[in-house]
Amino acid sequence: MKFGIVRFPGSCDDVDALDAAARVGDAELLWYRDRDLRGADAIVIPGGFSYGDYLRAGAIARFAPVMEAVIEFAAAGGLVLGICNGFQVLCEAGLLPGALLCNTSLRFVFRQVLVDVADPHTPFTRAAPPRLSLPVKHATGRYYSPEPVRVVLRYAPGENPNGSQDEIAGVCNEAGNVLGLMPHPEHAVDPLTGSTDGLAIFESIRAHVGDLVQA
Amino acid sequence: MSATSSRHRGLSGDSQRNAARHRELGLSDHEYELIVTRLGREPNEVELAMLSLMWSEHCAYKHSKRLLRRLPTDGPRVLAGPGENAGALDLGGDLALVFKVESHNHPTAVEPFQGAATGVGGILRDVFALGARPIAVLDSLRFGDPSSSERSRYLLEQTVAGIGHYGNSIGVPTVGGEIYFDPSYEQNCLVDAMCVGLGPRRRLIRSAAAGPGNVLVLLGALTGRDGIGGASVLASSELGDGDEAKRPSVQIGDPFAEKKLLECCLELLDRGLLISLQDLGAAGLTSAASEMASKGGVGVDIDVGSVPLRGPGMAPFEIMVSESQERMLCVVAPDRVAAVLDVCERWETLATPVGKITERGAGARFRVLDHGDSVGELPVALLVDECPLYELQPAAPQSSLYPGTAPVLSPKPAPAEILLALLRSPNIASRRPVFEQYDPVVQSRTVRRPEQADAAVLALAPPDAGAGAIAVSIDGNGRRVACDPRAGAAEAVFECAANLACVGAEPLGLTNCLNFGNPEKPHVAWQLQEAVEGLRAACEALALPVVGGNVSLYNESPDGPILPTPVVGIVGKLPDAARAGQLGFARAGDAIALVGPFAPRRAGSELARLQGEAPAGALARKHVPAVLEAHAQVRSMVRSGALRSAHDVAEGGLAVAVAECCIAGGVGARVRLPDGIDPFGEDLGSAFVVSGDPQALAGLPLIGAVGGERLVLDGLLEMDVEELREAYGGALGQLLR
Repeated sequence: MKFGIVRFPGSCDDVDALDAAARVGDAELLWYRDRDLRGADAIVIPGGFSYGDYLRAGAIARFAPVMEAVIEFAAAGGLVLGICNGFQVLCEAGLLPGALLCNTSLRFVFRQVLVDVADPHTPFTRAAPPRLSLPVKHATGRYYSPEPVRVVLRYAPGENPNGSQDEIAGVCNEAGNVLGLMPHPEHAVDPLTGSTDGLAIFESIRAHVGDLVQA
Repeated sequence: MSATSSRHRGLSGDSQRNAARHRELGLSDHEYELIVTRLGREPNEVELAMLSLMWSEHCAYKHSKRLLRRLPTDGPRVLAGPGENAGALDLGGDLALVFKVESHNHPTAVEPFQGAATGVGGILRDVFALGARPIAVLDSLRFGDPSSSERSRYLLEQTVAGIGHYGNSIGVPTVGGEIYFDPSYEQNCLVDAMCVGLGPRRRLIRSAAAGPGNVLVLLGALTGRDGIGGASVLASSELGDGDEAKRPSVQIGDPFAEKKLLECCLELLDRGLLISLQDLGAAGLTSAASEMASKGGVGVDIDVGSVPLRGPGMAPFEIMVSESQERMLCVVAPDRVAAVLDVCERWETLATPVGKITERGAGARFRVLDHGDSVGELPVALLVDECPLYELQPAAPQSSLYPGTAPVLSPKPAPAEILLALLRSPNIASRRPVFEQYDPVVQSRTVRRPEQADAAVLALAPPDAGAGAIAVSIDGNGRRVACDPRAGAAEAVFECAANLACVGAEPLGLTNCLNFGNPEKPHVAWQLQEAVEGLRAACEALALPVVGGNVSLYNESPDGPILPTPVVGIVGKLPDAARAGQLGFARAGDAIALVGPFAPRRAGSELARLQGEAPAGALARKHVPAVLEAHAQVRSMVRSGALRSAHDVAEGGLAVAVAECCIAGGVGARVRLPDGIDPFGEDLGSAFVVSGDPQALAGLPLIGAVGGERLVLDGLLEMDVEELREAYGGALGQLLR
């Protein structure tokens, strides 16, 4: 299978996501001005500061040409994973409900946190253990939604780094094919640099795409 | 073009007004007379602005250049040394390591958030100007006493936020650093940022301009009025009252613009489109173009009329000296300009031809045009090389220049009370509340984050070549340099190298930032001279080339100079990232040993400070061969996997070092200190607390064993590790509320 990793101006964790995805499948960077997803089976919107987070995190990136193709791809049931800034972009693009607000500390926070899988029945968590150790690093990560949402990941008790509503670390859309999360699974794929728990997210995607191909 | 030409629109023609202005711009009467003699006329406004900046202490190093020549700069691995934007070392396998530390002290004292942010932005540009991708940032910070000074707490908070704002959003991990507090930094905080970059050797590029007819292309942000006069007004005079009026002199950072500029420059270099590249820092276009011209032995024309401006109405001299951030200048062959502009368009980075290389030769001129009309013309050599260098007039002070402070400890404290006070000291306590605001993992190389080991470790992942790793650390303790500038500066180098030994790395090269007071004062001149001598001796002992850095002088307020603060950054290499050392005790039952010729003294120690003593008294004299042997032994045992932890003994002495190993590992220890050793005395960079299997440590001087939940120092104290952890972990956070 092939992952397509979108690169906006200001994306920072794009190559990290590329390398992480390449551990479980093929992976290619997608340029923000192109509308062609180059045959990718799953799309990753990576972390970073697209367009400098100017105006509002993710608010400008959603208008990039590549997002038109991503929105179509998601509407057709394609898997879309938004990590950190990618989560913010997906909320801005209307692919996910809710919004991400400033951390209650009003500061950027980096921390290795424990995250519980609240919903193991998604294409992104089907191969995941119940608890993951992943790093968070953001200033705008406090999830808020006035409507009920499908929660996929929650910070473990006492681990919430940003004041997120109901300890929410990641949510998906109703159809279950679009996931946004603040923790960084792509920074937890190598024992040398931390935990390897993040691989489970990428492996879940591969397993799901593999099932689709067989079906 | 003669000076009296009617086309010389910038010429004031009023030499009296000009003569008063040169002083305002920081030139002495003597310097101004030299300029007039050399030119055979008065300089006009444009020329005076350019000269005043190029002849400032910040750009010309006029009080330090002669001293700096004493530092060793050569070595078999050196690819680029002082004079380039940053130093570069050969790592083998077509890989180059590029690094430099630079101060942004005065801008941060005036506006801490933007001052610190643009300090990071500037050092990043220095590194990618050579063609390396920045892979790590470290910061060395100094502030006044945070417990009594609200201003220092504000500066700390804003500085940390500014560093994070820039480093986090540009995608370069902040992997280490250090912070000290002392009342002498109250009016002059220090913010020294270090960047390490990595790139293929074949992509390395120099800044020397070449080839008459080639085009100068300005890359990046629009040019505005920010930072005008920054180099002369801000960086080269003492701070005093009314600094708010200097606020417009501080630059504003835009990390998004720099992120695009970084990717754009690396792509231009990958495609082989550039002849030379230089970042715009202090003195903006003036400094960048004149230094490129000087190094290449060529002349340049720059037309300020073609420089894209942020707003209308900027005078030619303002355009020439603007310190707007996120700009680079490159030399491009005429037939490649279109290709360069294409790449820049792809990265949404502005690129504009603004001038050309004109002539070769010793008399080459720097000409400033405004829509084709000449508004200034100076010999390149006058701008770059002819600023007079000054001899220091050093004199050792009779007594400490720095007063003692109110004691924090009771007159006869118990050992447990001392240990807790040291762990709570803002100079020793956990830096977690600070580094939690920085991203240390982006780029997926970070094998050792802050508090995991004494030095940061960054993997050389494929496709870089091999499985090795880079280690980097930054150090400097002004209090100890104040006691004894020569020994203290040397100690900073040994201490930094010891940090690298703890992760198994061999030091390869050094960069430094010399932060001192007013060098025209004899005591400060003496501190500077002695410190450089100490650095020289230590670098020679370690065979470490000094490949770059900077000097920040005039860090002085009406209360006196800052502590003399040479900061050193050392980079090194280890063969196997998976075997990088860590600092915490790891396993109950492991033996603990003290390796190295440890000769601690109370003078200059953190405990002496807590007891209200002035920084005075001789530091321990190091037995250098024995210190080097200890470094080599620890390095080799970390590499072989014989040690499960390694930590160098630094501030707070042996008791604090052992406590830090317990806190980091979350486990207790029982230790019997060697007879006659002051548990809180200091001798930085000489000795190590290591742990490992008892068999693996056979032959080392054992002092105890890992285990339990308490730290027991036989005959001295017995405390819960949890209590130590709370003292150590909570102190800085309370100051950063």
